Amino acid sequence: MSGVRLLVGTRKGAFILTSDEKRKDWKVDGPHFAGWEIYHVKGSPVDPNRLYASQTSAWFGQIIQRSDDGGKTWIQPGTAPGEPTTTPDGMPKGDSNKFVYDVSPETGKRLTTHMWYDGTQHPWEFKRVWHLEPSLTDPNHVYAGVEDAALFESKDGGENWKELAGLRGHDSGPKWQPGAGGMCLHSILLDPKNPKRIFIAISAAGAFRTDDGGKSWKPINQGLHSQYIPDPHAEVGHCVHHIAMHPSRPETLFMQKHWDIMRSDDAGDSWREVSGNVPSDFGFPIDIHAHEPETIYVVPIKSDSEHFPPDGKLRVYRSRTGGNEWEELTKGLPQRDCYVNVLRDAMSVDALDSCGIYFGTTGGQVYGSSDAGDSWNAIVRDLPAVLAVEAQTLP
Amino acid sequence: MIRVVLPHHLRTLARVGDEVKLEVNGRATTQSVLDALEARYPMLRGTIRDHGTQKRRPMVRFFVCGEDVSHDPPDTALPEAIVNGAEPFFIMGAIAGG
Repeated sequence: MSGVRLLVGTRKGAFILTSDEKRKDWKVDGPHFAGWEIYHVKGSPVDPNRLYASQTSAWFGQIIQRSDDGGKTWIQPGTAPGEPTTTPDGMPKGDSNKFVYDVSPETGKRLTTHMWYDGTQHPWEFKRVWHLEPSLTDPNHVYAGVEDAALFESKDGGENWKELAGLRGHDSGPKWQPGAGGMCLHSILLDPKNPKRIFIAISAAGAFRTDDGGKSWKPINQGLHSQYIPDPHAEVGHCVHHIAMHPSRPETLFMQKHWDIMRSDDAGDSWREVSGNVPSDFGFPIDIHAHEPETIYVVPIKSDSEHFPPDGKLRVYRSRTGGNEWEELTKGLPQRDCYVNVLRDAMSVDALDSCGIYFGTTGGQVYGSSDAGDSWNAIVRDLPAVLAVEAQTLP
Repeated sequence: MIRVVLPHHLRTLARVGDEVKLEVNGRATTQSVLDALEARYPMLRGTIRDHGTQKRRPMVRFFVCGEDVSHDPPDTALPEAIVNGAEPFFIMGAIAGG
């Protein structure tokens, strides 16, 4: 029997929510890694039981966790229970948490500086993994988007990580600057038709694309307009909050920017605004219907200083026309006194016949819709603040 | 045998109780205690000292016999009370409450 598994990362642990295909009754399992911030949990599209989780703490650093049984049990790759804890020559293992910028002469780039909040230059410093993106073809291959912005990959199930240093080493690097949440690489889109093409987005540098498997990168921000930076049309410096792609049409990208909802139909070479009639075009997540590549979803937020829904009404907006024309979706969502936020990785869709859509809030609610957004229910109401939601459609 | 007290987050990560006991080869220093700790519990690598620089993470502190030794050179000899296990070596998250 098919079903859905939601992988929920929160400020104080991970939770796994499961249901059958009716999506009415949900089992809540957790917290896993209680007390730690779980920035993201995502499953492999090849093997849905292979999960990767980013467990992190400002105090104690970055941990990568892996599950091979759909989240029932977890290991730190490289330190599996029962395995020797040292190498044959006596050196400790446990390298799965090791994210070190590549400054090697062979493949690395010099560790330079980026722009700090006050406009001065600031050294690149690893802080945490924001997003994990498993490969479309190999469960042991996974990408990690990190703060300070860089892209890493592991080809051994998360045991060892290597930076794709061409991105951080792009000539524009010294102009990248942190957004309010830090200088994070938060979106990674893998092109299903072209394995050499990857899209990423950084707050606040913008979107980038590689067409050679990550060796070289091109800023793809033409058409973005950001009034809060000195040159509103700059090549980099835009605070992109999230980007999304439907696998059937990888040339088309949708973007929720700091302000503005944007669309590109040429793989990011140019963008146009499709904010249309949303009550505010500020927001964080953007996602796409599993079966309708022109149906997209956003959650309008009042402003960059007031991170809550306009008028205290939690509304998802859906466009069935790829932007510009939006309808509000409110059935089952609080329409008064609601002042939560929905963060950039906290929305996801399932691929059942009637597309399910889910999002989590900073108030700890996870809302779900089994009818493409027409109506909503709170699956769970009182989790810690939700950082990320990923839906898995189970066979 | 040297006793080490870990902060809560690291206890859950290493799946240990309040305190761990370690054999430290050679001279007991902050560095050799952390080396022994990470060798026994490799999942703690990077959580106390930075992977790249091996420096103490900014929000982690070390206490021995009521003294803050976080800023001492890591090869400073630890007191006899730590060496003989009379007192534990404390690793703490740098937060007082709140």
